Amino acid sequence: MRIRGKVWKYGDDVNTDVIFAGKYTYTIKDRAEMARYALEDLDPEFARSASPGDIIVAGRNWGCGSSREQAAICLKERGIGAIIARSFARIHYRNCLNEGLPIIISSEIQDLVKSGDEVEVDFEGGEITAAGVTIKFPPYPEFVQGLVNDGGLVPHVKKTLGLT
Amino acid sequence: MGRTFAEYVLGRAAGHPVSANEVVTVEPDFCMSHDNTGPISRTFKRIGVKRVWDPNRLVVILDHGVPAPSSDHAINHKEAREFMRGQGAPHFYDVTSGGGVCHQKFCEEGFALPGQVVIGSDSHTCTYGAFGTFAAGIGRTEMAAAWATGAIWLKVPESFRIDVSGELRDGVSAKDFILKVMGDVRSDGADYMSVEFHGEGISAMSVAERMTLCNLGIEMGAKNAVCKPDRKVFDFIRGREKSSDWEALWADPDAEYARALSYDLSGITPGVARPHTVDNYAPVESARGVRIDQAFIGTCTNGRLEDLRDAARILKGRRAAVRTIVIPASWEVYRAAMRDGTLDVLIDAGCVVCNPGCGPCLGAHMGTLAPGETCISTANRNFKGRMGDKESFIYLASPLTVAASALRGEISDPREVM
Repeated sequence: MRIRGKVWKYGDDVNTDVIFAGKYTYTIKDRAEMARYALEDLDPEFARSASPGDIIVAGRNWGCGSSREQAAICLKERGIGAIIARSFARIHYRNCLNEGLPIIISSEIQDLVKSGDEVEVDFEGGEITAAGVTIKFPPYPEFVQGLVNDGGLVPHVKKTLGLT
Repeated sequence: MGRTFAEYVLGRAAGHPVSANEVVTVEPDFCMSHDNTGPISRTFKRIGVKRVWDPNRLVVILDHGVPAPSSDHAINHKEAREFMRGQGAPHFYDVTSGGGVCHQKFCEEGFALPGQVVIGSDSHTCTYGAFGTFAAGIGRTEMAAAWATGAIWLKVPESFRIDVSGELRDGVSAKDFILKVMGDVRSDGADYMSVEFHGEGISAMSVAERMTLCNLGIEMGAKNAVCKPDRKVFDFIRGREKSSDWEALWADPDAEYARALSYDLSGITPGVARPHTVDNYAPVESARGVRIDQAFIGTCTNGRLEDLRDAARILKGRRAAVRTIVIPASWEVYRAAMRDGTLDVLIDAGCVVCNPGCGPCLGAHMGTLAPGETCISTANRNFKGRMGDKESFIYLASPLTVAASALRGEISDPREVM
């Protein structure tokens, strides 16, 4: 899979409360509607202007805090193609993979791009191309790759249980 | 070489010895979820399995919005209720006087047991480490998959050892200690790790204080946090335990750690986490005088009897200068605080005592903030917008500091008003 999109760049320690506010966690049930509130308390422009395939580039510890899965769902539903961060908080890391939202750990791209730049990601090749520079990123661990290949945890479990 | 706590417990669950960074698939002893059981049950249905793998292992405790503050919340509760009934799953804690904040109830009901593996669809599931449980938070879809399969993959975490000596001074509490640790370790300093609290300083603490420490584990990125199970834990769980298959396990003295820190509790002073991150630590004197609009005492971090008594100690015979919301963490706590007069003291001081639940901690109801308002809270998160409006401000502190601040209407050092 290869995607090309515009960068939305953020800093360190972006928590899941600002990705998807707690006050909506039990009032918004529709996945598509969740997208309208994505990053509301961090960057109101994001939900208004992001385009399908856009890429979030962040610093350390993206997705820390609450385990709320809507933080992954709202970004996926907003059409985000990938999140590239220096590191991810553990629960959010799993939530993104379980939702089939591609995530990449890389510490090199942050210094190369700014918001609005175009970035291309080649998942099979493990390469990010930005500002004419190509950066390699490591493949997922094998057990995670199986999950990603199946498109997330629900299809993965269905397949494992022979329900597809 | 010796093994860490995580290696012992996950090895026990996997049925063979394991080492850090290995990936294991284990059967959880209990699966905790709360109001999010509604959405989890919908995902479970999408998977296409009719029955959960073991209805006795599901524990569902409604707490995030109780009683339901809106019909959306009520629909959610209804879904959870119907799902548990349909599955014949007995461990359902509805909106009754047998309920409370999920993490408090889970422990009170004897589901948090030494050497067991618990997963919970809430990040503060790590609280159960106070009982020597390996307990980790997960997401909703992951919980639905665990219900369907009875299995979850876990990377055996590397471990982070925190040695604690000495004793806390009067006016200083376990919350002050863990806020200081947060300031040092920062929000990702224990990412994916198992945090072990060691030493005489921890042995001297009550189970309630240990719960406060382990509760904050997730705020430093930890997968789980744990204290050595001892007589205090065994006494607590006696007569409550929901499973006999537990075992007190602890790290070997020569276990290998990825990171280590040590503290002397006698050097800890009252502290706060300033807006908008939990690791934005400062000694209370540097925030002294900050005007507050609201004080909040409660939550899975600091809503236990010991915490309410701390607040009452400050507020006895006095009057809070700002609106002060008190939410006992469970009805067991509520009743105990009612019987020993703690609630009377707090009500006499002008506090509004609400029914057990998460309350305003996540901005749902019972004390959300207006733009520009500042709250000092005993909770575990002060993220922007957490308590309602993104233009509001949250300081985190101990029950003593929150009560002292409520008394003066500004952030205050409890040692000055004791």
